[in-house]
Amino acid sequence: MDEEQLRIFVGLVQFYFEHEGGEAAAVGSPFLGEPDALPVMDYTGVIGISGSRRGCVYVTSSRKLLQALLEFMGETDFSEANYADLAGEIANTISGNARQHFGHEFMISVPVIVHGHSTDIRMPNQVKAYVIPLHWRKFEAALVVSLE
Amino acid sequence: MRLLIVDDSNIIRGKIARALGKYGLTIAGLETNGREAVERFREARPGIVTMDLTMPEMDGIECIRQIRAIDPTVRILVVSALTDKATAISALMEGAQGFLGKPFSEDDLCDAVGELLRGNHG
Repeated sequence: MDEEQLRIFVGLVQFYFEHEGGEAAAVGSPFLGEPDALPVMDYTGVIGISGSRRGCVYVTSSRKLLQALLEFMGETDFSEANYADLAGEIANTISGNARQHFGHEFMISVPVIVHGHSTDIRMPNQVKAYVIPLHWRKFEAALVVSLE
Repeated sequence: MRLLIVDDSNIIRGKIARALGKYGLTIAGLETNGREAVERFREARPGIVTMDLTMPEMDGIECIRQIRAIDPTVRILVVSALTDKATAISALMEGAQGFLGKPFSEDDLCDAVGELLRGNHG
């Protein structure tokens, strides 16, 4: 991963929130995350990457952010299942859109949803994980990208 | 005209159903993967299908192939986060007639379906 590639993900996540949430997410300074201290919030959508690149991309969000986003989208179903669904769809959309930049061989998995502050997210060994902090309205989320 | 919506996201299925319900289409089914979509298509024979590509069990490309084999006249709009040109071309080559990238607005969706129904494919 280089700075240019990191900028691609920043642009994609801003576009997602601008389109689906009416205003772009404010992006904090990206940083290199420690493997055992990566951010994990209430709901996390994890996408495995294979093909031309290997690794994973995940978006982790507070429940309040997802609730506000669902409200903005006109959803009336605020079930646990719909929070999880939205967490997965955010990660899926950002990862899928990345193929415009990384090419057709940038293969993405279906999203895996992790609830709560789990340690079940398996990051690639020996690969740096970049954390992009996000603030949308007054709520927090983070995009984590770890690609060989 | 009756519509089959295929997407593994409940939120996206609902968004499409609400938008195209207002557009006057009748929902013939809401399916979460390609395998279930083929079964539902066989029973309901809708005239139009919105199709996600990245789904569990059977992906959208294989689903398009199987649905197209059942009914070569069905109109298929791919609605996917895979917005690279190669993926769009691949879906069109397999028999989809339209492609809409995620994220999308209700207007984007209705415009794409309008094009499909008017026969302005691509």
